[in-house]
Amino acid sequence: MKRLNPYLTGGITPDWIDYLIAFQEAGADAVEIGLPFSDPMLDGATIQQASDQALRRGVTVASILADLTAARDRIRIPLIAMTYANLVFRGAPAHGGGPEAFCRRLADAGVSGLIVPDVPVDEADRLDEAAAAAGIDLVLLAAPVTPADRLAEIGRRSRGFVYAVSVMDTTGERALLAETAAPLARRIKEVTDLPVLIGFGISTPAQAAAAARTGDGVVIGAALMRRVLDGASPDDLRAEVAAFRTALDQVDQEMPVARAHAEISGDRR
Amino acid sequence: MNATAPGAVIGSVMGEPSATGRFGQFGGRYVPESLVPACAALEAAFRDAWADPAFHERLARLRSEFAGRPTALTPALNLSAQLGVTLLLKREDLAHTGSHKINNVLGQALLAQRMGKTHLIAETGAGQHGVATATAAALFGMRATVYMGERDIARQQLNVFRMELLGAEVIPVTSGSRTLKDATNEAMRAWVAAVDEAHFCLGSVGGPHPYPWLVRELQRVIGEEARAQVPATPDVVVACVGGGSNAAGTFAGFVDTPARLIGVEAAGGAAMTDGRPGVVHGYRSLVLQDDDGQVLEAESIAAGLDYPGVGPEHAHLGTTGRAEYRTVTDGEVLDAVRRLARSEGIICALESAHAVAWVLRAAGTPDLPTGSTVLLTLSGRGDKDMATLAGEVR
Repeated sequence: MKRLNPYLTGGITPDWIDYLIAFQEAGADAVEIGLPFSDPMLDGATIQQASDQALRRGVTVASILADLTAARDRIRIPLIAMTYANLVFRGAPAHGGGPEAFCRRLADAGVSGLIVPDVPVDEADRLDEAAAAAGIDLVLLAAPVTPADRLAEIGRRSRGFVYAVSVMDTTGERALLAETAAPLARRIKEVTDLPVLIGFGISTPAQAAAAARTGDGVVIGAALMRRVLDGASPDDLRAEVAAFRTALDQVDQEMPVARAHAEISGDRR
Repeated sequence: MNATAPGAVIGSVMGEPSATGRFGQFGGRYVPESLVPACAALEAAFRDAWADPAFHERLARLRSEFAGRPTALTPALNLSAQLGVTLLLKREDLAHTGSHKINNVLGQALLAQRMGKTHLIAETGAGQHGVATATAAALFGMRATVYMGERDIARQQLNVFRMELLGAEVIPVTSGSRTLKDATNEAMRAWVAAVDEAHFCLGSVGGPHPYPWLVRELQRVIGEEARAQVPATPDVVVACVGGGSNAAGTFAGFVDTPARLIGVEAAGGAAMTDGRPGVVHGYRSLVLQDDDGQVLEAESIAAGLDYPGVGPEHAHLGTTGRAEYRTVTDGEVLDAVRRLARSEGIICALESAHAVAWVLRAAGTPDLPTGSTVLLTLSGRGDKDMATLAGEVR
């Protein structure tokens, strides 16, 4: 089944947990929770605004994790934290800081995965160990420019899935699915058996369906957060995410035909 | 004085960083995967160019024929007499475009050309690095895009006009504190989207590996020239520190001497003094941040020092005790601009005046005893600050 991971900026509104539940009810397979950072290097205008709005509300990592802990009984799907290196590495282990403590705090709040876009595989050793020790999947990202040897290492060391950054750009909505998306997803699938989720710039159910024809699923971020910033309700977002779910399910139904076709034609790709 | 005897660190400091781009525990390459190959390619190109005599020859010609190097070493005779110290000024304000920033940019533009890049992307605070980048782009026939905080655009209008006259596109940055920190974020985002044809022409000794090393090596010319110009090793070498490029270049020329190395920060943007270990803009260093790890907005009258981080090598030099860092206030800086102007006939930049302000305060105290010889890098000239000064200095 094609995976649908919608993204939600933690604390974007006082009732942000209601959006999370709406995503779950609409058929999300997991939700990526953004832990807002003041200087999000890889985020475009929409996620920047979402982060700023949350930070202006006084949201912290601690408050987001407390909200998730309080909502634990209502959450049935995996949660994946997405944030930047400074929040992960902050502080010394002797004072309750560092990635070891950070990962334990995530696990205690029911989070099972972590994505840190400014920690590439070369800088990931300590975080890798800390995450594994806490039972957290450290998801690594691959980009269209990633050369083959790095891609193999990313495939080998990523946990949970591999995040395919579909386009050479920041997060944000795009009119068209990037041409770089499908070739990248195919290259990643050659080096790993992990699922490959395609993210960055996937803005419509049609784009999600197109991406899912090569990848194993999609991450939807800015397209949803723009709606929340514009004042859309959890019910509105439930409908939005459900439309993505429907589009992905339709791809699933196409697949046996495609596989049959591949077998007939001898195309093993 | 230093905790570490300078003799103990000769040859081991201000050399090449580790294979992962570290100076002690600081530095590294904390960038999105999309930028890792570009950083690796830049590192390879720099190693190649730096080993190539033809590259050094071209750079040397540009420095002498275009940038006006070597810059003068001016004994500040009147201030020296007033303060009871021998004050020598390394005159980067006399370099083309009015600051040391041209040293770095000419080297990076040559490197970009060698890599087949046609577009320079830069961040700027006070506009000096932006002007230098626009200048090099004009000279090399490249496109230049400069990201500048909206607040800095308002207070450094002259430099915005200079950049535009030189043919650069200046893009106002409206996010966050609307200063250098946010301009740097935006420049890095732009680089992700244009990495094939664009070189990120970073202006200071921060950023992901190899930038802190690359920029320090390109600024080393300040320290090496000064070392050849001084009659004897000075007791103290002092420079202002925002990101820290003019200080790094100056210190590199004296790190293997007994001279004390002093960096002077803005009190409102003092990462060496008030920062905690953190990761921002692709490198690990000391960073002004709150208890939750959110980066704080610096606050200085000098746009070029209005930055919450500091180059990782400074964090290392400070941690090991080889260099010392001090802070001065905006008020002391304004007094220093006026005092230098009236005593020596030199109007320096607000950034550079931080180093002057420390000398004015410390002279005759145990921090800078009477009779000391001080080499001070005057990193830039003050024309760009006239609007600010007109409102503040009477």
